[in-house]
Amino acid sequence: MSLTTAHSVVAPSAGSKRIAGAIIIAYALISIVPLLWIFATSFKTPPDSIAYPPKIVFQPSIEGYCNLFTTRTRQTPEYINSLGPATGFCDETVRKRNMVIAGPSNFLPRFLNSLIIAFGSTFCAVFLGTLSAYGFSRFKVPLADDLLFFILSTRFMPPIAVAIPIYLMYRELGLSDTALGMILLYTAVNVSLAVWLLKGFIDEIPREYEEAAMIDGYTRLQAFWRTVLPQATTGIAATAIFCLIFAWNEYAFAALLTSGTAQTAPPFIPTIIGEGGQDWPAVAAGTTIFLVPILVFTILLRKQLLRGITFGAVRK
Amino acid sequence: MLNRTADNVARATPEPLARKVRGISDKGLAWLFISPTILLLLAINIFPLFWAIYLSFTNYRANRSNEVVKNLGFANYQRILGDQDVWIAMQTTAHFVFWTILLQTVIGFTLAWLIDRKFRGHAFWTTVILVPMMLSPAVVGNFWRFLYQPQTGLFNYLVAFFTGVPPSSFEMLGSVQLAPWAIIIVDTWMWTPYVMLICLAGLRSIPEYIYEAAEVDRASNWRQFWSITLPMALPFIMLAVLFRGIENFKMFDMVNLLTGGGPGSTTEVASITLKRQAFESWRTGYSSAFAIILFVAVFGLANIYVKALNKVKQR
Repeated sequence: MSLTTAHSVVAPSAGSKRIAGAIIIAYALISIVPLLWIFATSFKTPPDSIAYPPKIVFQPSIEGYCNLFTTRTRQTPEYINSLGPATGFCDETVRKRNMVIAGPSNFLPRFLNSLIIAFGSTFCAVFLGTLSAYGFSRFKVPLADDLLFFILSTRFMPPIAVAIPIYLMYRELGLSDTALGMILLYTAVNVSLAVWLLKGFIDEIPREYEEAAMIDGYTRLQAFWRTVLPQATTGIAATAIFCLIFAWNEYAFAALLTSGTAQTAPPFIPTIIGEGGQDWPAVAAGTTIFLVPILVFTILLRKQLLRGITFGAVRK
Repeated sequence: MLNRTADNVARATPEPLARKVRGISDKGLAWLFISPTILLLLAINIFPLFWAIYLSFTNYRANRSNEVVKNLGFANYQRILGDQDVWIAMQTTAHFVFWTILLQTVIGFTLAWLIDRKFRGHAFWTTVILVPMMLSPAVVGNFWRFLYQPQTGLFNYLVAFFTGVPPSSFEMLGSVQLAPWAIIIVDTWMWTPYVMLICLAGLRSIPEYIYEAAEVDRASNWRQFWSITLPMALPFIMLAVLFRGIENFKMFDMVNLLTGGGPGSTTEVASITLKRQAFESWRTGYSSAFAIILFVAVFGLANIYVKALNKVKQR
């Protein structure tokens, strides 16, 4: 085995590059198989999804998506025949299984809850985080290191341990199962990440810009709005995406503190049930819709990823 | 939008008030900027924490909030430390943390080291590898239940295909021997990219001239790896290990959806025990004490973590 590294004077030989490439590509392909399988399953019919051997080639169907968005009831063939012609593809698919669409499912409201809570908490966390990060970056704050450690340490608390008193507190305050309660909670969790990340970004903006602005007659506040914020846009956007992903993916708090009106998609998706157990194509369809925004964000973020996952400690 | 608001404030504020705003000292501004965050964290994190500390000394039950609350002193703590189930849960957690970290570090570092060869297309394939760690552990964990189905699941089918054992002869989630490994596999699949990414940063931080000097001294490649590459990447590896350690110590979502702690309690990691005690048995006082013990443990780990962060930062 050659141990030449990319840094050595002797550049890695073409052969070692090729072997490394082959191993990495093999790993990448294997590791995305589960995701491709989710995507494929979302276009299978329920019988196809549990066929043995697993079907790689199959007749695509959007039954999973139909089942995801609707609730259905079983009816006699006579009753179904007595109905008028099917309206739309979903109606037709469902009738073939001797069922009729009874109404919309809870998926759409749960998905909207996810959107509202994720965007709401991200906005609050980034707003508070930007202010604090600027404060820590530019001013001599007494006990700054201790405060920063305190802010970060809140991120490390086990969610279930936090959830016990939060559950009681929210019950007293009437915040149980409300979007506001979840936004507050996710803001508190995300603000630690936002402060640490944004402090790193703002530290990188030269102080000379503000100083020049202040010599020109701007107040400190104006200098902050007009010179620092525009320069920090990339950092703020990256931080926002990290907060968004966290709030979007979060499960423990959502499962314990919401049950109905404010429930988000992660605790809802596993409860999608068809006749005789889990309706896997519908679960796969819900999972696919849920994961696509994250895939897009991952691609947008790939240059800032390292920074985000290490709280700004590693910057390359 | 923020810019515009600021302009309006600056122009439209009546004179005396404007003078006041102008007159805010840097010190005042610093507190004005920092205090909202601190206040929020005090309200949502610290106040509940003190509440939990209070509850941990009582026999309070959240589902019977009208009952008289009795002060038990340290009885809850004593019971936890003597509770067989708690120790089993801690062992399960330790097993999970140890194996996931070992596998993720070895595989992650190897992948990073291979990517550092900078073969053609390495940036694209790195992004592909990173995808699993961005996804929701709960939603993905739930879907792995489908892959692990004994008769029809893809995982069992592929294992059967390559080893020849019948696919219905083993149940990854239903068997006492295999279930702990089922969660280790999913966690390793999700988080190896995380370790890889940090290791890659470590490898790229090693300055070229050190290798050049080693080359001049005719150090073998083997020697260069052990004397330069590994020691210089070590702070980064430690960072990844610590972070994964903390995260997996408090692991809840993926395991809860994959096995729910079962079969029996073979995959019942600490957070699952805590959830069962707090939200199923409603032993609020008792579980608060358990939560405090976990807090202290995580806080200790976090302390080490922040020190490691600062060490990496100095480079």
